[in-house]
Amino acid sequence: MNDVHNEKGTNKSLSLFFKSSFIVSAVIILISSILLYFTFTFDIVPPILNRGIQPATFPKALLILIIALTLLTYFISLKNPWKNEKKLPNSFYITLLSFVVFITVSKFLDFFLGIALLSIIVSYFWGERRVAYLIIVSIIFPLIVFVFFETILGLRFPPGIITNLYYG
Amino acid sequence: MENLGLIFAPLFSYKLLIVLFFGTIFGLILGVLPGLGPTTGGALILPFTMTLDPLSAIVLLTAIYCAGTYGGAITAILINTPGTPAAAATCLDGYPLAQKGEAGRALGMATVSSVIGGIASVIVLIFFAPLLANLAYEFGQPEYFALAIFGLTMLASIGEGSPIKNLIAGAFGILISTVGKDFMTSIDRFTFGINELTEGIGFIPVVVGLFAISEMLTQSTLINQIFNRVALKAVKLPSIDDYKKTWKTIIRSSGIGSFIGVLPAEGGTVASLIGYAEAKRWSKKPEDFGKGSIEGIAGAEAANNAATGGAMVPTLALGIPGSATTAVILTGLIIHGVRPGPDLFREQPEFLYGIFGSMLIANILFFVLGFFGAKIFARITLVPNKLLWPMIFAVSVCGTYSLNQSIIDVWLMLLFGVIGFFMRRYGFSVVPVIIGLILGELVEGTLRQSLVIFDGNWLMFLQRPIALTFFVLSLIALSFPLIKRKKKK
Repeated sequence: MNDVHNEKGTNKSLSLFFKSSFIVSAVIILISSILLYFTFTFDIVPPILNRGIQPATFPKALLILIIALTLLTYFISLKNPWKNEKKLPNSFYITLLSFVVFITVSKFLDFFLGIALLSIIVSYFWGERRVAYLIIVSIIFPLIVFVFFETILGLRFPPGIITNLYYG
Repeated sequence: MENLGLIFAPLFSYKLLIVLFFGTIFGLILGVLPGLGPTTGGALILPFTMTLDPLSAIVLLTAIYCAGTYGGAITAILINTPGTPAAAATCLDGYPLAQKGEAGRALGMATVSSVIGGIASVIVLIFFAPLLANLAYEFGQPEYFALAIFGLTMLASIGEGSPIKNLIAGAFGILISTVGKDFMTSIDRFTFGINELTEGIGFIPVVVGLFAISEMLTQSTLINQIFNRVALKAVKLPSIDDYKKTWKTIIRSSGIGSFIGVLPAEGGTVASLIGYAEAKRWSKKPEDFGKGSIEGIAGAEAANNAATGGAMVPTLALGIPGSATTAVILTGLIIHGVRPGPDLFREQPEFLYGIFGSMLIANILFFVLGFFGAKIFARITLVPNKLLWPMIFAVSVCGTYSLNQSIIDVWLMLLFGVIGFFMRRYGFSVVPVIIGLILGELVEGTLRQSLVIFDGNWLMFLQRPIALTFFVLSLIALSFPLIKRKKKK
């Protein structure tokens, strides 16, 4: 990323902001700061009941430690830059999207259907075109796992349009 | 020592022998498949262990651990991709030797040195774990706190990633353990009004997410990768000449692996790297390393398998995991109501010696199965990722859901999968998160209870000799990467 910006003649100091070390450090610090803010909203134990430290103290100390170590990592990266990561391929984003599909379908329609849909999306976009294999991966195998968990472990899966048919 | 006879008990239990057999086969399959391995596999199998009694469950997990650690060598030698991180050093000489048409010889040496390393480490476990457990009788809350801090600072020196990044990851793991109701005051922390989070974040969603799901995302970026697979005719037992060349290396690496394994948080990956480096340092032909040296294979494989027994020492004696996989085994113990520590040694010797004996048998089993079945196990790598990973996803989802029957656990698993992917992409190891998560409750619990005992006086920690020793060791562990870096310069 850094090289790309230098090639385009971008200001060198500005290119620091596009380095992965900067972005990663900024994300960690931002999330830690938000969580640190939340620790101030934790209930406080009255002194008479308080044994040792307040419930918020330990997480606060941890978050401050994470922020301090992240800053240290960032300053070290200015001397020893992180290696540039390759751009992520489309197959990664499709896999990530399939997680969203799984969450949505399993929440609103059916758990089993969610697994089947994710399996077919991943398998197809990772290069599988043979219908028989797609059926094995998305229907037959999840069905075996489903029945196995249901019978051996006595698991009850969440209700849904297909699962309800199974449970009658 | 009077309990030593109990080691042979598993031999007379057909149920344990069946569990061991399937555990070894499953471990070999997991070890062979790049990206899986005994940690992920152990986490996936954990829900199934609920159908077993506690001893069978832990025997199953330890068999997976022993065989999975060895299984990584098969892929390392035949396709130059370590099946497990602990087999990374095996690639350096295993694959070049296989390319020279000596894959059978390379696998034979890997199998024999793994078994010797594994058995040596179980012997260390048998004799050292009870001693450590006896020592733990002297431990109070401050000592356990100092020990847990020592375990966490050891994260700075584990093989993968930079020391500071490992510490950040470890702190993140501890932070996850603080989610839910505070155990002393019942005050909600980081629950954001979600009822399911009041019980805290379970171990399984985190470990399956960080290992299996993040690996699935990593594999999604490698779908066009082609492996050059070396053909294997048969595994060959090492020749007399090979034994002469390697026996010292195997003994040395077995010692190194067992010692590294005993250290909290360290595991087979660090052991194999050190075992390999020491094999090179002591070799008469160091120039052959990296070009197919049989000593290199022996050094790495004996060490990583020796770490298995070593890592079980702090896990069983103190409840502090010696590696990521023993963190899974520790969870298995807790789920089955077994509390590791000195009382376990006193009250349930038959349980412990059953585990020791099973680990010995598992080492012998993977020798036989590896020797005669490596060719078949190697074929598992032919299953394309486009079929394999959707199936692993189905098992991961159902396995994670099954423990608490909670859909939130499944979503957390996916979230940790994404976090794990980006952590690994930017050089953060995910292993410290697991260790941090396991040790988190111990760190906070013992700290707060100690402060109650000491009436808030922090200096009391330094007035207790054992605690002080652990703090000094922690400082050494923290400064070790700096010393190593200076030495390199």
